[in-house]
Amino acid sequence: MFDRRTDLQVGTDALGGFLPWLIALMVFLATLAILGSSALHQVAARWDQGAGATLTVQVPSGTNSAEDDRRVAAAIIKLETIHGIVAVYPVTDEAVSRLLSPWLGSMVDSPALPLPRLIDVTLSNDSDTSAYAVQSALATSLPGVVVDDHRIWLAHVVSMIRTAEALAFVILGMIIIACAVTVIFTTRTGLAVHHEAIAVMHLIGAQESYIARQFSHRALVLGLKGGVLGTVMALPVLLVSHLLGEQLPEGMLPEVVFDPWWWPLLAAPPLVAAFIATVTARLTVMRTLGRML
Amino acid sequence: METTVNTAIHARPHVSATPAEPVVSFENVGLRYGIGPEVLEDVSFSLAPGSFHFLVGPSGAGKSSLLKLMYLALKPTRGLISLFGRDIATTPRRALPALRRRVGVVFQEYRLLNHLSAFDNVALPLRVARAGREEVRRHVTELLRWVGLQDHMHARPSTLSGGQQQRVAIARAVIARPRLLLADEPTGNIDDRMAFRLMHLFEELNRLGTTVVVATHNEALVTGMGHPVLRLDGGRADGGYNAARLLQPGDEAALAPVAGNRADGN
Repeated sequence: MFDRRTDLQVGTDALGGFLPWLIALMVFLATLAILGSSALHQVAARWDQGAGATLTVQVPSGTNSAEDDRRVAAAIIKLETIHGIVAVYPVTDEAVSRLLSPWLGSMVDSPALPLPRLIDVTLSNDSDTSAYAVQSALATSLPGVVVDDHRIWLAHVVSMIRTAEALAFVILGMIIIACAVTVIFTTRTGLAVHHEAIAVMHLIGAQESYIARQFSHRALVLGLKGGVLGTVMALPVLLVSHLLGEQLPEGMLPEVVFDPWWWPLLAAPPLVAAFIATVTARLTVMRTLGRML
Repeated sequence: METTVNTAIHARPHVSATPAEPVVSFENVGLRYGIGPEVLEDVSFSLAPGSFHFLVGPSGAGKSSLLKLMYLALKPTRGLISLFGRDIATTPRRALPALRRRVGVVFQEYRLLNHLSAFDNVALPLRVARAGREEVRRHVTELLRWVGLQDHMHARPSTLSGGQQQRVAIARAVIARPRLLLADEPTGNIDDRMAFRLMHLFEELNRLGTTVVVATHNEALVTGMGHPVLRLDGGRADGGYNAARLLQPGDEAALAPVAGNRADGN
């Protein structure tokens, strides 16, 4: 199977010159698309899971801190009586400052910026309690309190991320098609270049599979070469993305963890590219030879 | 020589009471390229196993086209061709390579693969037939020595003279001991001494059972070897056609039982 001797000089034509570079570029893009989509999937899952069943109660702060504390305590007592709520805890001022600092910077500690006091509310998974119902329950004793339902905006964000994921898969599909088309055209070029040699081999009784194997072996080698090159090109980009992600302030985005199963995911594009190149080259040659007598 | 040969085309050699199945059989075969005129019209003949024929005729008569039909490089426009008893029209494509491997061809323009050495060119039919490495080495070395190219085994065809290339092409055609050997002007670029030497190689193969057809313009060769001659005559006597018919010299009527029509086209 790995006999390096070939009757056709397929290594010296356009197939050998351009295909590895074209495949390298496609594998580079495919790797970024796959890992990007995996990262988006992880972010969406975290958001979906972490904030899917929570509400945030905003108690507007006034000029009297003791009065604010009393209003927060009253709100907590009231919230704990509402059916479907399983946990209630106040978010400390430090935590609020930390969450807002990526967006507001040093302004977050300015006394000129009145920040509301926040209460984090966790609903049971089967709860059908709405933000409107909670707000109505609180409004009688604590006017001005606002209840944010994360589920509404989160549903939009998650939906957007899922769309981006789907787009990444569409891009991946297009890359696979482009890879196959590239191999088809380069193989056809090879067939044209070696037409005379192929015709002679055909006339002396070479099976189509014998001729096709010479092209498909070459395409396998070139596909693997291009695939590895593309993966190597993608690694620095992934590393830089990871470093940039680490530099983002805490809390701005959920942390993306490099799962162990990303390694096979990283190895897949060059192998898939080599497989596509091999199969496409073989089918192209068989189809072309099929038109000969 | 031609006038003394008066046998039917399929007459040599008949050693058994029941006639052997022809190696090649053409029945009313016609060939045209594209929408052009027919270059072969109603060609009918059959070649008995172990026969040796020269194929002669004026330039443009269709000798090369006839050989191309015989080595399955072309499909006839009409008519029936059988090779080793199999109707080519109904033989599945996947079975054709096996038939081709039983046919050795010396192409007029050699058609050697320039990126391969003389050794690898000659070895090609054996490798295609999945012969073992040692078998390939032994047979190719022996044959190249026989055709006088032992010192050029690793030379590329482009560095060889026309005659040397022709000998490589002949060696490639005979290396796998084909059952049918077709040669298109195989002695065009070599001197008479080497031409006769190579013809004796063909005769040796013929004695071992290979059916041989040699298309040539070399009258000395044809008269000197004493084998039957197939004459491909372009056009009718009145010149109204540019079509060709295969005629048996001196006995045109001999074709009638095979062709089912008269050789003069009537």
